[in-house]
Amino acid sequence: MNETVIRAEALRKVYGKGDTELVALSDVSIAAERGEVAALLGPSGSGKSTLLTALGFLNLPERGKIWIDGKMVVAEGRALTDLSAVRRTSVGFVFQKANLIPFLTARENVLLALQLNDKVGPGADARARELLGYLGLADRVDHYPEQLSGGQQQRVAIARALANRPPLLLADEPTAALDSHRGRDVMELFRRIAHEQRSAVIVVTHDHRTLDVFDTIHEMEDGVLTRRPPDPSSLLEASA
Amino acid sequence: MNLAWKDIRRQKLRFVFTGLGLGLLFAVVLAMGGIYRGMVADATVLIDAVGADLWVVQRDTRGPFAERSTVPRALEDRLRVVDGVASAERFTYATIQRGDVANPVRIGVVGLSWPSNRGERLPLVAGRALGGAHREMLVDRTLGLDLGAHMPLGDDVYEVVGITRGFVSSGGDGLAFVTERDADAILGWMAPESRRLAAGLRPEVLPSAVVVKLLPGVRAEDVARRLGAWSDVTVWTAGEQRDLLLRGVIDKARQQIGLFRTLLSIVSAIIVALILYNMTVAKSHEIALLKLMGARTRVVVGMILQQSLLLGAIGYGMAVVIGSVAFEHFPRRVVVGPVELGGLAVLVAVISILASAAGILRALRIPPTLVLAG
Repeated sequence: MNETVIRAEALRKVYGKGDTELVALSDVSIAAERGEVAALLGPSGSGKSTLLTALGFLNLPERGKIWIDGKMVVAEGRALTDLSAVRRTSVGFVFQKANLIPFLTARENVLLALQLNDKVGPGADARARELLGYLGLADRVDHYPEQLSGGQQQRVAIARALANRPPLLLADEPTAALDSHRGRDVMELFRRIAHEQRSAVIVVTHDHRTLDVFDTIHEMEDGVLTRRPPDPSSLLEASA
Repeated sequence: MNLAWKDIRRQKLRFVFTGLGLGLLFAVVLAMGGIYRGMVADATVLIDAVGADLWVVQRDTRGPFAERSTVPRALEDRLRVVDGVASAERFTYATIQRGDVANPVRIGVVGLSWPSNRGERLPLVAGRALGGAHREMLVDRTLGLDLGAHMPLGDDVYEVVGITRGFVSSGGDGLAFVTERDADAILGWMAPESRRLAAGLRPEVLPSAVVVKLLPGVRAEDVARRLGAWSDVTVWTAGEQRDLLLRGVIDKARQQIGLFRTLLSIVSAIIVALILYNMTVAKSHEIALLKLMGARTRVVVGMILQQSLLLGAIGYGMAVVIGSVAFEHFPRRVVVGPVELGGLAVLVAVISILASAAGILRALRIPPTLVLAG
């Protein structure tokens, strides 16, 4: 773990004004490297999602700077480049719900991400099949979302997020809609992805039972980010 | 992978029904154009069939199709000796109405200059030309008479010996062709009591015009200029007669149909816009997802525009099918040719593009973070 994929410094985001002012991010700095799996914990309203959307270039902070792959793309509330293009090529998103396009098959949902990035043809199709196979869905490639279980849908969503080999994968409570067994499967999958695909993975989660999977754990409260080491007891529990 | 087509394929039934509704609307737009073309064709069919180079009519009138015109019988002979004239024939035309109040039958009676004109130049779909000078008639099939049918008109009963197709007046009334003498009898008929009161005098029915054909190489304008010096007649070339008919008789109908067509086009555009707007709203989540994944604006705009055009294409196809089945049952002729079909295709494309604007504007306002809201 030595190449920094995403780095944010002194991010500040405030919602509302005057009496209703709410500081969602207060001088937040965070970084993640290739192969790293980081967890983002915190109660509801602590600013986790705001941070995730800022790191995904969906919601710009008022202050602070963000670099991706060493290139500064956000500075003091301003985009320095086309953020859509950055999202298309460098960021993969996974959400609580799979958010698959209902009128596309599993393969087509993955192909869509490639097509948006101008990757079409047999090569793109092979990539989609390869990813779905990697995630254990080789026999489900031509199924529509409604024909897949919740866990399978979530794996298609992960395949879609990985399609363009983004250096950064952001996941917002990806296991919330799954049972504990499938939830752990997904978290372990993120770890595998981070190590095998050399991506940085940042996961917002409430599931403390899977913390042993993460290399880094960040906690947020009232817009302030702190970092804590992995819980040794969880690691022991997991290995047992 | 075409997102617009994939989405349509998922909701086939919805699209088919939407397309059917639009198809009906577009079919009415198509019918409006076809009805106008039909009116033009109906109005000019007789002029074209007569094939005259000049129409010589009563002084200062616009001819038998525009207003009442009578010319002396001897005019025919006077015209025959004019330099450049190949033939001159009397032409009698008037509309009569028979039947009762509930089922009126309107007939455009055309008197042919017997025996030089027996109607053999008319394109008959059944039967033969007039074989006798009296009590025979050629009728258009819109009058609903069969070959051999008998029809009492005036003091006589006429036998249908030939059937034409598409020969109607500018008002859409079927034409009946009889000899000029029979036309006189039909148009000048009076009830016996009226005849008695008129002391047996029957009003003379004069020809409406004399139609002139010129020798090859003779310019119609030159002869018309010469005949224009005659104090009792006015001369119109075939083109002028045609223009007079179209501009005078059916121009208001053209304007009315044009306005109605414009209104229908606007209504169609509004309906397509509403459909697309609702479809876009229903797809807000998917559009937000596309944006979140970094889709370029043209991808989102293209999807909505393509759906709009596909919807328009489905509606257009339905309109063509509906038209081909239904128009022949309309009471008046509906002429739909490549011009009408091409015009509708362009109109549908314009409507689809304009109507997609509402959906596109809506889609552009959808934030990618909508996905995170669940």
